[in-house]
Amino acid sequence: MPVGIPVSGEESGPAIRTEALYKGFGGPPVLRGLEMEVGWGGSLVIFGANGSGKTTLLRLLATRYRPDRGSIHVAGLETRRSAASIRRLIGVVAHHPMLYRNMTCEENLLFFGRMYGLENVGERVGKVLGQVGLESRRNQRVRTLSHGMQKRLAMARAVLHDPPILLMDEPESGLDQGALEGMESLRTMDLGRPRTIIAATHNVEWGLNWGERVAVLRGGGIAYEADRDGLDEGELRRAYGESGQ
Amino acid sequence: MRAIAEFGRPALLVAWKDILLELRNREVVATALVFGVMLVVIFNFALNITPETVDVLAPGVLWVAFSFAGVLAMSRAFVAENEEGTLDALLLCPVSRDSLYFGKMLAMFIFMVVIEAALLPVFAVFFDFSAFSATLLGAIVLATLGFAAVGTLFAAVAANVRSREIMLPILFFPLVSPVIIGAVETSGAAIGGSGAVVSTGRWLQLIAVFDAVFLVVCPWLFSIVVEE
Repeated sequence: MPVGIPVSGEESGPAIRTEALYKGFGGPPVLRGLEMEVGWGGSLVIFGANGSGKTTLLRLLATRYRPDRGSIHVAGLETRRSAASIRRLIGVVAHHPMLYRNMTCEENLLFFGRMYGLENVGERVGKVLGQVGLESRRNQRVRTLSHGMQKRLAMARAVLHDPPILLMDEPESGLDQGALEGMESLRTMDLGRPRTIIAATHNVEWGLNWGERVAVLRGGGIAYEADRDGLDEGELRRAYGESGQ
Repeated sequence: MRAIAEFGRPALLVAWKDILLELRNREVVATALVFGVMLVVIFNFALNITPETVDVLAPGVLWVAFSFAGVLAMSRAFVAENEEGTLDALLLCPVSRDSLYFGKMLAMFIFMVVIEAALLPVFAVFFDFSAFSATLLGAIVLATLGFAAVGTLFAAVAANVRSREIMLPILFFPLVSPVIIGAVETSGAAIGGSGAVVSTGRWLQLIAVFDAVFLVVCPWLFSIVVEE
C-alpha cells in the first residue's frame, strides 16, 4: 500500500474534524470552541484577517501545536495520541518554504523523501519536480531560486509522500499565473483520488476558484461557511471584511 | 532490527544533512577554529608556561578553548533550522523526536571532534606536550560526547530566544561543569604524565556516568522543548 493512504476511518468518518477547539498563547484564546468538519476529497478554503487564527488552526491540524481544550481528529486519529501516524497522512505548505537554501532542489526532496521512508525516492522526486515545473532546476541550489520557484518546490516537498490531506497557508502568494494553474495537479493523488485540501488565504478570488467550500474565521470560530456553488459573494465579503474587527 | 532502522536511519540522515550543509556553509567549524586558535595564542603569551607548570596550566587552557569553541558551534546548530523554517519540516516528518535529537547530536559531536583534532596539535606545539596520549584522547572523546548531548538540547532551547548567545552558555556550563572538571583533571594527569591510573580512571568513569545520564535525559527533554 502506498504511503499516505489512510487505513482507518476513511469510509466512515470525515477526513478532519475538530470539536470545541481552544488554543491560546498566554493572552486571549486565538481559537474559541472551533467546530469544523471536512470530508474525504473535499477542499475547504478559509478566509480571515490577520490574527484571526488561520495559521494557528493549520498548525494544530498539522500536529505542530497541541490544543488547549477540545479535540482534533485526522483520518479518525486523535492528534494528541497519534501525531506520528497523522504526519504520514498530511502534507504542509507553510508561509516559509521550509527548505535548505544551500542544498539543491533534488537534494532537498531526496532528504525529505528518505525521512518519510519512501521507496523509489529518486523516481518520486523526478515526478513531483515535473508536477511543479522545476525539472530543469533540479541541480540548482534553493537560494538561487526566485520566491515563486521556492514556493513551488515547497509544494513538491509537501506532496512528495503522496499524502491524502494537504494543508496550505497562503499557497498562492508570490506565484505567477502559470504556477497557479500548475497547482491544479496537486489536487489529485497518484491513484487518481482527490486530495482533501484545507487552505488559508486572504485572496478571495483565488479561494473561490480553489475551494469547493469556503469559510470565514472570526472571533476564534467559523463565522461564515458555505458551498462555493450558490454562494452569496456579497455576504462572504461582508463576513470577511468584519473578520478583522 | 526494524525498530533500530526506523530510529537510526533518520538520525543518520539528519547528521549527514548537517555535515553536508556545514561543508558548504563553513559557518560552525571555521568560526570555532579561529576562536580556539586565538585563545591558544593569547594564553600562550599571557601565561609564562614552563615544563614545570605545563601540567597545571595547560589542561585549564585546553578546556577553556574546547568549551568556548564548542559553545560557539552549538549556538549555530538550530539557528539556521529556525531561520529557514526547516525545523518545522523536520518535526512534520513521521520520525521520532529522539531520532532528530540524535541526528543533530551526532553532527555536533563530529563538528566538535574536528575542531578539537585541529586545535590539539596547535596546543601541543605552543605548550610543548605530547598530544598522543590514550588517556588524553579518551578524556576528549568522552567529554565531547557529554558536551554534544547537553549542547544539542540547549541549542534547541536557545534557538528561539533572542539573546541566545548569552542564554546558551548560562544554561550549558553549570550542567556540564562535572564533565569539564573530570576532563581537566584527566588531561592534567595525561599531560604531566604524573597521574595515578586509579584516579585518572575514576575521573573518566565520572565523565562516562554523566554522559550516560545526559544521553537518556536530554533526548526526552528535547522532545518536550521542540513541541511548541
